[in-house]
Amino acid sequence: MTMTDNRQNTVIGTRQLRREDPALLTGEAKFTNDLNLPGALHLSILRSPHAHAKIVSINTAAAKASPGVVAVYTGAELQSQWAGPMPCAWPVTADMKNPPHFPLAASKVCYVGDGVVAVLATSESASRDALDLIEVQYTVLKAVVDVEDALSDANIIHEDLGTNKSYTWNLKIEATEGCVEEAFQNAAFKVSERYVQQRLLPMAMEPRAVAAVPQPFGGDITLYSSTQIPHILKVMAALTLGIPEQQVRVIAPSVGGGFGSKLDVYAEELLCMALARKHALPVRWVEERSENSMATIHGRGQVQYVELAADKSGKLTAVRVRIKADMGAYLQLVTPGVPILGAFLYAGVYDIPHAYDFSCDGIFTTLTPTDAYRGAGRPEATYAIESAMDALAREMKIDPLELRKRNFIQKEQFPYTAFSGLTYDSGDHLQAAEKAAGLADYVGIRAQQAKQNVPGAKKRLGIGMSSYFEMCGLAPSRVLASLNYGAGGWEAATVRVLPTCKVQVVTGTSPHGQGHETSWAMIASEKLGIPQEDIDVLHSDTAISPLGLDTYGSRSLPVGGVAIAGACDKVIDKARLIAAHQLECSADDLEFAGGVFSVKGSPDRAVPMAAIAFAAFTAHNLPDGLEPNLEAQYTYDPPNFSWPFGTHMCVLEVDTETGQIEILKYVAVDDCGVQINPLIVEGQVHGGVIQGLAQALFEEAVYDTDGNLKTTTLAEYLVPAASDVPSITTAHTVTPSPTNQLGVKGIGEAGTIGAASTVINAVVDALSGVGVTYMPMPASPQNVWRAIQSAAQAK
Amino acid sequence: MVDITVSITVNGTRQEKSVEPRTLLVHFLRDQLQLTGTNIGCDTSSCGACTVHLNGEAVKSCTVLAVQADGGTVTTIEGLSKDGVMHPMQQAFMENHGLQCGYCTPGMVMASIGLLNENPNPTEEEVRLGLEGNLCRCTGYHNIVKSVLAAAKK
Repeated sequence: MTMTDNRQNTVIGTRQLRREDPALLTGEAKFTNDLNLPGALHLSILRSPHAHAKIVSINTAAAKASPGVVAVYTGAELQSQWAGPMPCAWPVTADMKNPPHFPLAASKVCYVGDGVVAVLATSESASRDALDLIEVQYTVLKAVVDVEDALSDANIIHEDLGTNKSYTWNLKIEATEGCVEEAFQNAAFKVSERYVQQRLLPMAMEPRAVAAVPQPFGGDITLYSSTQIPHILKVMAALTLGIPEQQVRVIAPSVGGGFGSKLDVYAEELLCMALARKHALPVRWVEERSENSMATIHGRGQVQYVELAADKSGKLTAVRVRIKADMGAYLQLVTPGVPILGAFLYAGVYDIPHAYDFSCDGIFTTLTPTDAYRGAGRPEATYAIESAMDALAREMKIDPLELRKRNFIQKEQFPYTAFSGLTYDSGDHLQAAEKAAGLADYVGIRAQQAKQNVPGAKKRLGIGMSSYFEMCGLAPSRVLASLNYGAGGWEAATVRVLPTCKVQVVTGTSPHGQGHETSWAMIASEKLGIPQEDIDVLHSDTAISPLGLDTYGSRSLPVGGVAIAGACDKVIDKARLIAAHQLECSADDLEFAGGVFSVKGSPDRAVPMAAIAFAAFTAHNLPDGLEPNLEAQYTYDPPNFSWPFGTHMCVLEVDTETGQIEILKYVAVDDCGVQINPLIVEGQVHGGVIQGLAQALFEEAVYDTDGNLKTTTLAEYLVPAASDVPSITTAHTVTPSPTNQLGVKGIGEAGTIGAASTVINAVVDALSGVGVTYMPMPASPQNVWRAIQSAAQAK
Repeated sequence: MVDITVSITVNGTRQEKSVEPRTLLVHFLRDQLQLTGTNIGCDTSSCGACTVHLNGEAVKSCTVLAVQADGGTVTTIEGLSKDGVMHPMQQAFMENHGLQCGYCTPGMVMASIGLLNENPNPTEEEVRLGLEGNLCRCTGYHNIVKSVLAAAKK
């Protein structure tokens, strides 16, 4: 690793094993469905088997009489429970159309999996058995499956809206309007491409689970949920149910992966809460995998039209993008904003001064709602620009790496003010690309390719690449306001030094696999000079950590981690006053290192943090006016997004007779600024890359023309197994972010953002000699074989 | 259907319980013995999160009825550590960052031990093939494979 950072860190940057692991490795960790709640009722939900239908009648009599059943409710019967519809927190335009969406459908179902009837019983099996006894009569309507067909409004899903279009969102640079058209007219080279981002199922290994525990006489209610967002969920649940916010406590126990799919306010959370209050008993629900496929949000689902213009040297002069984004049947928490998160990234890592034109239509279909899935808008954008760059290189007949080098924003240009007005904090794209090229043996592979990919070759060699930016660390609150996002982008932290100089770090982030407990303790240890083992990290319970905006969008470190550093600074400032008082010197004369304050130039005159912590606790002898105790709360609102970047390369062979792909090497060079724990950074990259690679090669939520999901189980939906994927060569460059004191950027989504286009570019590269210029995802053997055959026929 | 009494030795303790005939071993472990370390991740025996050892062999406990395990010996993730010290496979997963969210982990560890029991010195490819019945969404398998190879060397 090239450390260009000159920080004198001793804890930050070391490979620390995770403190989370022993509990998870021994079965001691408790996930939501592991909680023992005596007397709890079990909720099961009858879901619509139709994509689009009117509910004519519902007969629940037999279910009510079934053994163990306590109650059965239709959507109409529960309507009075809701103070408002389920929330969408991101109305991207003032005129965005948002149909009311309630936890159970009352008169009409709009996707297969839409909830229709809730059954409460004394056991899970009793509640599930009763579902079979419910009779629902539907009038089936025509399904709207294709996002582009939906725009014709031939079959309107939400009649009151009068259209299937939710919104049109534009990013046009007003000052230079007209220059895009001009650039295309004057272009020496142009490409015009259509890409399809297939729907994906997030498939966190832990299905969602919920338990609501009421205190009927105390008035409070506790919601346990396998959620990424206990804080946001608390506010939203209180508003939707009409419960005073201070009476709601949300706890996310151990959470088994999220990837965005648990960044939502779900019907089942609200149903459990409402029914727990109604019955004055705990109510719990756990998702079956096939329910997870239908009732948990989907990812991606976009059709992208991308045009690039370039001058004769290949220098990009304009980018024009049109997106048709599939919202699914309803707008979930941030559904409409997902494509907007990508809107700024269709120029990729390239120097395009101003000629940029982006427009996105958000469109309803009768399919499961989409929402944020690892990368959320940014993998889609990166895929489009990086695939289009390869198309441009083919058009120009130049090497795709060379084309990228001609267009990279140069490191001297940072901080770089982009066409959009956003400032890219720091970067060195050339260095990352060259490092990746070295590790992948780019030159050698090209030479081997020239020998191997002869006419008639059975196995063709390909190398693909993707250079990406990850706009992450959501985000400056004011920028979010300009995008109509319904919340701020800050994060809160409390650092509490206990009387014995042990430390509690309280964070508003809510980890579900990212190792925050380990990394946050490292940050506090570095700052305070207190050993990591003396530091505890508390999170994911709104009673313990009342303020926070949770974990998504690679924000936890660049916002939440920096908040902890800021809270440590406040603790140190206060401790300095106590130290100066004890040492009878001016606070300015003290230096702080290794957990000890000492007088500059007189190292014997020193006082350790332990003595200060105890003095702050006893308060026997504190400076006049200073509050007892050593604790500080700090809320960090970042001045900018953070902009991790990197280059990935993939070397693979395609068997032209079977369509089978074998990955020979995958290289990921990522730059997330200063790394807190390189062990965790690598793990995030590995997982992200495989998730992106899975989109490229394996995964697709397949629907039939009636809107039935055909891939509801892990037997049909191809989450890759260990035997399907390669080992990954990871490497890093370190370009610190200048916008925060730790120099850090996010890393949670980088792998996913870079991977899909890297793999597909390699497949197309392998097959370009046989005429293939486009490869739909997933590049399954069947799709590859078909692409080869149709290219042969076109010749 | 009437309940059936089964006698299963779980983590060294003989458990005699009455079960519905349809009770799966995983539900028996989780619901009747409160051994919640064994997780459920699917309903098609695809994910392997529920892998335990039955009579010394790694099995998906969602594919075994509790009555089929009658008279047998079961080891779950809770039964691996000895005297407060984790099993070498658990340690290898920790040392190699072989887990993130930890949900697939108990099943992955049990399957990995089963793999090494059958093949004490596997190649990387053999580890990948041997674990193909266990899905992980976080790690991309890179560090899981590394963990198993490291455990094989212990």
